[in-house]
Amino acid sequence: MPSADEVKSRIESAIPGAQADVETADEVHFSARVRASAFDGLTRVQQHRLVMDVFQGELGGAIHALELKTEVS
Amino acid sequence: MSDNQIRDAIAEAIADNDIILFMKGTPDRPACGFSARTVAMLQALETPFTAVDILPDPRIRQELSAISNWPTIPQLFHKGELVGGCDIVTEMYESGELASTLGVEAPSDAPAGADPAPAPLGIENRLG
Repeated sequence: MPSADEVKSRIESAIPGAQADVETADEVHFSARVRASAFDGLTRVQQHRLVMDVFQGELGGAIHALELKTEVS
Repeated sequence: MSDNQIRDAIAEAIADNDIILFMKGTPDRPACGFSARTVAMLQALETPFTAVDILPDPRIRQELSAISNWPTIPQLFHKGELVGGCDIVTEMYESGELASTLGVEAPSDAPAGADPAPAPLGIENRLG
């Protein structure tokens, strides 16, 4: 089971310039607020895809849910 | 139905319905909190929408995600385009953007920033 810190560092290392605040109560449901300059010019759907792509097959598996809020930094 | 037929049927449903929600369960009996929240927001906008329950056959979700390149459920489409999942729909509902994207008037009793939950209770007045 990934920890909040693990999810945070995976997002930050996968998306250049990203800053993530990640919370989890149970290490299966996560809530993340991600700010990244890489989001500039992208639609929300594209921004979310960038983050979800970091976890590919794990969403719905080890990570049951990732609640996401993205912002351009 | 083969996987390809399922994929074609999903693509056709997305093309043929202006507002279509793929969800777990039905609007009357949502089977997941995220699907329930998304239904409640659409209902609050009083816009008609088509709903597809993805639970009866696991291939529906598999083929839907292959088409949309989106891993999670629910998924809301407007005029063939993926609007987003529950988080994006919530953000857009709160900012008033969902109403304008879907081309509906935001209801006067649910201004931007209003809490979309809980779903309308449908309380009947039996006192009179």
